[in-house]
Amino acid sequence: MSRFIPDSRTNREDMLRVIGAESFQDLLKPVPEKYRMSRPLDLPGPLSEMELVRAFRELAGRNLGAGMVCFAGGGAYDHFIPAALDHILLRSEFYTAYTPYQAEVSQGTLQAIFEYQTMIARLTGMEMANASMYDGGSAAAEACMMAMRVTGRNKVLVAGSLNPRWLGVIRTYIRRKDLQLDEVPFGSDGTLDLKVVEDLAGDDTAAVLVQYPNYFGLVEDLEPLAETVHRHKGLLIAAADPVALPLLRSPGGAGADIVVGEGQSMGIPLSYGGPYVGFMASTVKLARKMPGRIIGRTEDRAGQTGYVMTLQTREQHIRREKATSNICSNQALMALANTVYLSLMGEEGFREVSSQCYHRSHYLEEGLMEIPGVSRMFGDTPFFREFVLSFPVPAEELRGRMLDEGILAGVLLPELGEGAMLITATEKINRSQLDDYVRLSSGICRGGVS
Amino acid sequence: MRTIFDICSPGRIGVSLPGLDVPAHEGLPENLNREGDGGAGLPRASEGQVMRHFINLGSMNYHLDKGMYPLGSCTMKYNPKLHENLARMEGLAGIHPLCPDSHVQGTLELMHHLGELLCEITGFQGVSLQPAAGAQGEFCGIMLIKSYHESRNEPHRNEVLMPDSAHGTNPATSTLADCVVVGVESNEQGLVDPEDLRRKAGPNTAAFMLTNPNTLGLFESHIGELTSIVHEAGGLNYMDGANMNALLGIARPGDMGFDVCHLNLHKTFSTPHGGGGPGSGPVACNGKLADFLPEPVVVREEDGSFSLKRSRDSFGRLLAFHGHIGVLYRAYAYIMSLGAEGLREVSEAALINANYLKARLSGHFDNPFDHGPCMHEFVLSGDRQAKLGVKTLDIAKRLLDYGIHAPTVYFPLIVHEALMIEPTETEGLEELDRFVEAMISIAKEAEEKPHLVTDAPVNTPVLRLDEVKAVKDLCLVEPAAEEGDPE
Repeated sequence: MSRFIPDSRTNREDMLRVIGAESFQDLLKPVPEKYRMSRPLDLPGPLSEMELVRAFRELAGRNLGAGMVCFAGGGAYDHFIPAALDHILLRSEFYTAYTPYQAEVSQGTLQAIFEYQTMIARLTGMEMANASMYDGGSAAAEACMMAMRVTGRNKVLVAGSLNPRWLGVIRTYIRRKDLQLDEVPFGSDGTLDLKVVEDLAGDDTAAVLVQYPNYFGLVEDLEPLAETVHRHKGLLIAAADPVALPLLRSPGGAGADIVVGEGQSMGIPLSYGGPYVGFMASTVKLARKMPGRIIGRTEDRAGQTGYVMTLQTREQHIRREKATSNICSNQALMALANTVYLSLMGEEGFREVSSQCYHRSHYLEEGLMEIPGVSRMFGDTPFFREFVLSFPVPAEELRGRMLDEGILAGVLLPELGEGAMLITATEKINRSQLDDYVRLSSGICRGGVS
Repeated sequence: MRTIFDICSPGRIGVSLPGLDVPAHEGLPENLNREGDGGAGLPRASEGQVMRHFINLGSMNYHLDKGMYPLGSCTMKYNPKLHENLARMEGLAGIHPLCPDSHVQGTLELMHHLGELLCEITGFQGVSLQPAAGAQGEFCGIMLIKSYHESRNEPHRNEVLMPDSAHGTNPATSTLADCVVVGVESNEQGLVDPEDLRRKAGPNTAAFMLTNPNTLGLFESHIGELTSIVHEAGGLNYMDGANMNALLGIARPGDMGFDVCHLNLHKTFSTPHGGGGPGSGPVACNGKLADFLPEPVVVREEDGSFSLKRSRDSFGRLLAFHGHIGVLYRAYAYIMSLGAEGLREVSEAALINANYLKARLSGHFDNPFDHGPCMHEFVLSGDRQAKLGVKTLDIAKRLLDYGIHAPTVYFPLIVHEALMIEPTETEGLEELDRFVEAMISIAKEAEEKPHLVTDAPVNTPVLRLDEVKAVKDLCLVEPAAEEGDPE
């Protein structure tokens, strides 16, 4: 008998009597015989708690890449997570709670999301934010469709310097005959070529989507892009790295209309890709066209402040086929992780994380640039915390040899060349680890052993 | 309660970070840095203050470890504690999604094995673990079906048939997938009317979407006839697996003529709901559709190792990475701890609990579709109480006063004043009886002292909230501190 099921044996007979059934089989009457399984499922188990722990330890032990010194980014980053955070996430009050439809007994969840919305809006320089999307990629896809709804136009220009996996998600979401996605190639400096945007943008352009910093870590200048797209009455969508925002010009300040991004960096473990959390922020004017849940502040019958899910007539459970999105379950607990993380880090702490990513990445880049044969892929274009170098050996080989040293060296970029690699350094990586990277890769590039 | 922004003071911080041990690089050019925009407006509080704030917020929440959630179609079952520890193991949580396959063999094997287990449970042959939640699973399923029709030179098939009792995500998903929704009527028994389905299925039918057991908690007993009608018209059958908790080890979608289904791991497989997410909505399908599954798919190589493969005909990808892996860990742990016998026990106990509640409550509330046993849930109507001026919403709110979460209300749309009740297998008899007694007591209050119900809730952290004001005076973020306020 399972430890999760209190009454499968003990009170079963009494309950069946109340139901008026002679046996459990009576309850299966509506299921025609021919659709009932005539054999037990063929599954392993059951495992006791101890056996399960052993099985998981064994699996975890074969993840040789876990806990390596991580220089890989490309949309997921190895950041420090304060211990207090998990103590909140493991509180039953949050993680075993349901979606806050019954607002009177869900004020904890609702207020926490309201605080999340506030933090996201402030970071991005926007007026409001929603309660979360699945991840950065799907948030970007939803933003494109939102821009099409807002403008009544069907074309979106997407920067070619966007994370290719995000572009893949957008293509999947916009795989419709009435919508069009055009890619804007990046220039030799790795950023969007404003002239090309000016040529491509027109009165049928719903939005221009640009990543900030872009996939190669380079900081795009948003303001002239915003001016260009606004001239045609389209929208600027910025896909922003939140860790860059304490230092970079805020997308809202630069003229973005919708800002989306990936929240993994803010207190969420790498966990091989998920669950993460997407954020979406915009001007209040666009709130009614936004997908997903939105929490608003209001009052109860006695005039006390309280929080509810609001603007629900946009959502699938009310509007059905006319809803702004089909999203129902979102990433509430991951959004809570972001909220607690930003609360602990605070204004100074998060700025410090941002700043350390910047300085450590630059220190590493300069060190690597001293290795003969290593070159910058995009010249002197300012980057934030991630950069692309071309190595004189195949990047795959370099990555393989570094793995043997317990280092995940970066993300391969075969589309930019055999030697190209995308590298990042977060606040978790100290000077000696940075120096090790340079020393080891130098040895590999010189063809010697490390 | 005060917000986190109200407990801030300059100089406070909740973390300690190591100092910068490398030389500082010169700053960003002026046109790219934030200096002109002011700070990011984040909180300034100590670790202890942050803890206290969130613990106090949590104390205003109802949650599963406090009491039952009789929420129909939501399957709020107990979340095993060990699974939280397992998903947090460094070897599992500390792996970068772009780590080479050779260095993530443990997780890849788990994903591969979980896929096989879900195939066995559903009676299907292919699976994608990528969808983030049920709604994205539905989108994945409809995209698979569209890809199939396109591969057969029938791209014009764009109608998705569904009963009027369908979850809201079904029509919303169809729109997202560029399809047109065609409603199919339910008959007096609350089941899909085969004649109406026959009338509506045709050369433009892409798919028929059905939840089985349906949202009334009834098994569609002529399911074979329904799925055949659709197949004969050239369409495919999609099962919304939200109600799979009724069927584990009892019946399989793949054996009923369905071609594809999604599963909600955060329902049937006990992963925590998290106050609204994350979910996980794997999609299982038969051989007709397996080639179109979204990338990446885990395969076992001849040498016994595992790798991520991009499938040739895939329609694309749904998330930046491979899915909600942390949720998959928990669901895998759940299946392994229960085994075949345990999973069957889950569904049996879920059915018994639901039928027990139905038997005890049917005399006190209307039950418009009571034609025999229900599956894992059932739908009552508050019509009788509504005639006394007590709406279903009032009943829901009054339950909160009794310390019990409300059922799903006003859904499915085909029942007036609907109260949709699903106890799940993890509630014991004492808790079921407590719910029954509360419901009966409220029914009595509706007759004798209706104001007690219509004024409810009164024992909750806040009273009934003004949703109209929330929309009219939109306040979606904490206003920035006034100028001159201490920052």
